[in-house]
Amino acid sequence: MSERIQLAHGGGGTLMQQLIERELKALYSDPAEVLHDAACFAVPAGGRLAFTTDGYVVQPLEFPGGDIGSLAMTGTANDLAMAGARPLRLSVGLILEEGLELSLLRRVVASMRRAAELCGVEVVTGDTKVVERGKADGVFITTSGIGVVEAAIDPHPTAIRPGDQLLVSGDLGRHGVAILAARHGLALQPPVLSDCAPLWPLVRQLLDAGVQPHCLRDLTRGGLASALQELAAAAGAVMRLEEERLPVSEPVQRTCQLLGFDPLHLANEGRLLAVVAPEQRDAALAVLEPLGGGWIGEVLEDPAALPTARVRLRTPLGTERVLLPLSGELLPRIC
Amino acid sequence: MVTGTSDMPAVLAVAEQLAATTTRPWTLMEVCGGQTHAIVRWGLDQLLPPGLRLIHGPGCPVCVTPAETLDAALQLAQCPEVILCSYGDMLRVPGSNGDDLLGVRAASGDVRLLTSPLQALELARRHPDRQVVFLAVGFETTAPATALLAKQALATGLANLSLLVAHVRVPPAMAAILEAEGNTVQGFLAAGHVGAVMGLAELEMLVARTKVPVVMTGFEPLDILTGVLRCVEQLEAGEAKVQNAYGRVVREAGNGEAQALIAEVFAVVDQPWRGLGMLPHGGLALRDTYAQLDARTRFPELGRFDVAELLPASACMAGTILQGRATPADCPAFGTSCTPEHPLGAPMVSSEGACAAYYRYRPFTAA
Repeated sequence: MSERIQLAHGGGGTLMQQLIERELKALYSDPAEVLHDAACFAVPAGGRLAFTTDGYVVQPLEFPGGDIGSLAMTGTANDLAMAGARPLRLSVGLILEEGLELSLLRRVVASMRRAAELCGVEVVTGDTKVVERGKADGVFITTSGIGVVEAAIDPHPTAIRPGDQLLVSGDLGRHGVAILAARHGLALQPPVLSDCAPLWPLVRQLLDAGVQPHCLRDLTRGGLASALQELAAAAGAVMRLEEERLPVSEPVQRTCQLLGFDPLHLANEGRLLAVVAPEQRDAALAVLEPLGGGWIGEVLEDPAALPTARVRLRTPLGTERVLLPLSGELLPRIC
Repeated sequence: MVTGTSDMPAVLAVAEQLAATTTRPWTLMEVCGGQTHAIVRWGLDQLLPPGLRLIHGPGCPVCVTPAETLDAALQLAQCPEVILCSYGDMLRVPGSNGDDLLGVRAASGDVRLLTSPLQALELARRHPDRQVVFLAVGFETTAPATALLAKQALATGLANLSLLVAHVRVPPAMAAILEAEGNTVQGFLAAGHVGAVMGLAELEMLVARTKVPVVMTGFEPLDILTGVLRCVEQLEAGEAKVQNAYGRVVREAGNGEAQALIAEVFAVVDQPWRGLGMLPHGGLALRDTYAQLDARTRFPELGRFDVAELLPASACMAGTILQGRATPADCPAFGTSCTPEHPLGAPMVSSEGACAAYYRYRPFTAA
């Protein structure tokens, strides 16, 4: 019989010590941290910190191009990057379900370790609980992160102005399709891999190119459509997209047509939307276009706009329609 | 990039041709919700000449599934031994008291989403101690897949799989719309997917009887505008015939194999359509040889049709809208008490429903 998580693994006794020592210690950049209740570290003098937290409950736990572990590290590091902050340190809270195969936990932990390296973050503190079978779905992960703000001006939705340009960093909907395919047993040929990837290096590149983004947003649940809706509402602005300019790969497009989804509603885990002043558009594009990203639209002024019509899309026919955020259930638990 | 962009100059050329052809106001109905969705998605109505009106037809399977069938599904989903499965959109359609299957699932009912009916076989095999019920809805397009499921279920002798069938047939609904009091429809864009299965024969009979032009139409922007153009050409010339403007998919005889499957498993019956009422020959029911698979046989406690229930709920005008006699904007509940998040009527549920389509395509500014 395969080795599995038992309730005693969370009981604070020998088994728990073994679990931490044998399986989880690998997560920590400094194994000595495991022994301590809290991590202590120096803060750059005069610097500003960014702090964020996120929970991860994706099903299936492993999917083409990633797993819940890589998501949990990358997602939180990316949230820090969207504040113009270099991700530095993460905490990891694990909730394990009784009966979870240890081999799966090992794969997830190894993947977290790899993702932490890619993101340039250190795991410095954590917690593990085990709940009875049926009270969780394999593994739930919560990560919190601290980063140091390196952008000279904080990117923020309220900084968005009419005339600003909308840019994306790559093609849309890959993560959503990868999860969709895994959930529904679709054998896509070639398989569509999740786009899960760290965004900080890209943000740093934008800053180095002299771009001061008015706002950055990673396109996770709800996809581009929901992100734009939230930003437009927060900024009190109207955003108009050019449909022809939206980068969607052919396999994603085909899968969406098959299943009746809109790629603009599908999640990404390694794509960002940058809102930049018009005079910085070209500098930003010089960074984004080599990655498959590009210009997709702009921010308009329309004080009479209905709140429901803040995000619009111009079709290749020259007609316009409202782009609504995702409503209701598309895919439960994609990140 | 997003799709079909290479067709765009062709679409605009057809729009110009349409403007040159149209000399009078005409009202056409696109039958299929997939077409409604494409019209809204591409803003095709913005390309029509003034006076040419498209009204949205009842071709949205979740919209016309009777509330009674949903009530039966809701009742079944609450039984601990039952796994109720269906297509995604069905899970959000309110039954007669406003409950939906997602709500039942949240309250611990076992409700599963399928992308293919044959997945129900696998569910039944994996859960021999449970009763798997497939809520089988849709037009002639999904009926063959349900028929295949029924055949395989019977052949494998699975004792824990049954079907709650509410399959409907499109031509009787088209006839009912033309015969309804206050009808304004002068021509139809027929549903290309249904045509791919059933061919043109049933439509020939409809046109012979009603003298209303019918154009078999696809779903891409170019397909739809071409369908509109062919229909307007007939109307302007005073003609009424069946034309196939979707020849790359629809053959005159349709798909014989699929038709044979339907005929083998189902009998044509009178069927209530939500919003339209009882339609003679409007649906399909399992033949006697398949009676043992009928969920209504397996669960005799399920409620039966109640005619009063066929009337639309309170403020919701779903029935009139599904018949094309009102637009969603005419409904007092539209966009206020009825939204895609909280649908009162089924046309607000599916992206193919006329109300949901209108909801997505609202004006940018207040009138």
